[in-house]
Amino acid sequence: MSADHMERLRREGRIVIVGASLAGLRAAETLRAEGFAGDLTLIGDEPHEPYDRPPLSKSALLGMASPLRTELPRRREIDAKWRLGVAATGLDLAAKRVRLADGDEVEYDRLLIATGVRARPWFKEEEARLDGVCVLRTRQDAADLTRRLRAGPRRVFVVGAGFAGSEVASACREMGLQVSMAERAGAPLVGALGGVVGAVAADLATEHGVDLRTHVTVTALEGDPAGRVRAVHLSDESVVEADVVVVSLGSLRNTEWLAGSGLGAGPRGVACDAGCRAFDFRGIVTDDVFVAGDVARSPHALFGYQFLSLEHWGNAVAQAETAAHNMICDGADRRPHLWMPAFWSSMFGVNIKSVGVPPMGEQLMITQGSLAERRFVGVYGHQGRVVAAVTFDNARWLEFYQRQIERGAPFPVEFPTLDRRPEGRQPVPAGFPDPSLPTHGPMVTLSGYSPADQQLVFHPARH
Amino acid sequence: MRLVVDLNKCQGYAQCAFLAPDVFAMHGEESLLYDARPEEEQRERVARAVAACPVQAITADGLDRAGESQGASDVR
Ligand SMILES: Cc1cc2nc3c(=O)[nH]c(=O)nc-3n(C[C@H](O)[C@H](O)[C@H](O)COP(=O)(O)OP(=O)(O)OC[C@H]3O[C@@H](n4cnc5c(N)ncnc54)[C@H](O)[C@@H]3O)c2cc1C
Ligand code: SF4
Repeated sequence: MSADHMERLRREGRIVIVGASLAGLRAAETLRAEGFAGDLTLIGDEPHEPYDRPPLSKSALLGMASPLRTELPRRREIDAKWRLGVAATGLDLAAKRVRLADGDEVEYDRLLIATGVRARPWFKEEEARLDGVCVLRTRQDAADLTRRLRAGPRRVFVVGAGFAGSEVASACREMGLQVSMAERAGAPLVGALGGVVGAVAADLATEHGVDLRTHVTVTALEGDPAGRVRAVHLSDESVVEADVVVVSLGSLRNTEWLAGSGLGAGPRGVACDAGCRAFDFRGIVTDDVFVAGDVARSPHALFGYQFLSLEHWGNAVAQAETAAHNMICDGADRRPHLWMPAFWSSMFGVNIKSVGVPPMGEQLMITQGSLAERRFVGVYGHQGRVVAAVTFDNARWLEFYQRQIERGAPFPVEFPTLDRRPEGRQPVPAGFPDPSLPTHGPMVTLSGYSPADQQLVFHPARH
Repeated sequence: MRLVVDLNKCQGYAQCAFLAPDVFAMHGEESLLYDARPEEEQRERVARAVAACPVQAITADGLDRAGESQGASDVR
């Protein structure tokens, strides 16, 4: 593209962002911050201004914040046209037009797709409609769940012990509620952190009074004649009475609206290059359609160019900023999305943080502290190098490990560490389930062919 | 006033919980809970917390009297 053309785009072009949440808002702010002066339209199917989700399973359930009041602060004025409460229903790539549910069409010069994910509903529709069966993704979900928990149910049943499910179970215990949690794997958090760390999460949950049931699946939800849920049936033939059921089985990517558009979009998200440009279904990169946030799937140089889907808050922010930058720049000025994956969670009073891609690691070394004390640093290794680290109540060390990952430091870990215990001298298998077995959307999905397994030196993007 | 804490950055130093205890609270040893939409009367305390956070993890808007947007803490 000629410099002239780019100048015109920046001055009077039309940019449309579909999905008005974390990624959409941060992208809009970045566009303005970088001098985009044209027309900016944000389209969002939720009728609210962008709000933050992580507090919905933490502060909001614990009464520290209102579930309906977690709107995101603005970094700057964005002077945008907001189309809230209306979904995008189609995309015409050739005509560069987005179709809306109300029949309107919006034309763009550049499009950003930031439609995120939604909660995977309970798979039997009729049972999912029972009163008391909940999911947790939106602020309405959170308001509904909070109201039900405040009403003092006799027992809450959480289906699926990932981060979200475990956080809900933790909040229930803190509210003094009886809670059961079922998980198909052998422990909570296994998909994200592996079986060794999962076992610590299992102990935490049980010690805090959660009735944890592992190696089981929920087979049916039973309702009473009035249409309220009253019991949960499990694959081991046990039946647990419960009046609130929280279905926490991961998420589905919001890509249906792109069906037939010609974009490479589907159940695994929208694939894009490291510059956040979407691929079409032929695998050819587009130059005017960009993707960011939970819905995106992009290759990461540090992790063997595997395509990563990261349902992480920090990823949505960083990818939105990179996408926005690249939308209004030419070739050499563009930059790759090389964000170091990172997330946090907190449950049962323990702060859990991670950097890198734990599910990529076959082996784990506890380099500081000890599993039994629930205060430790675990380092994950893949083919002789450090690829991830997790901390339980030891967050201050994480930055150091992030640098080891960036350097491609060797694994097993050779450097000496503070508070190293005998259990941390040898790596152990990290205990991830066989990736070919079905799972309900772990937080990180690895896929794709890895052309470069040699050690590589990684220089994080300096913005 | 709207606020958000980047909990990837937050190190649990608890300065914010000390300066604005009705808005920020430690939960366990290093997890932070906060009210994303504090009362107006908390404004000054929140502003102090934003300024005191050693890793600039807190982003808030509406910290000035007029309540208009600003990204005071948003140093990247
Ligand atoms: C309860 C909960 C707790 C969480 N806790 C953590 C945590 O502790 N740490 C962490 O790192 N991450 C956490 N996350 C994840 C984090 O919130 C997400 O990574 C983040 O919200 C992603 O932002 P996004 O903008 O990409 O997508 P989303 O926030 O999903 O936003 C997408 C938006 O697009 C809208 N949309 C979808 N389809 C259409 C359409 N066709 N037309 C118009 N609009 C559409 C959606 O309704 C939504 O508003 C949590 C999420 C939840 C739900
Ligand atoms: S002052 Fe900053 S680092 Fe410390 S707890 Fe508060 S937000 Fe976290």
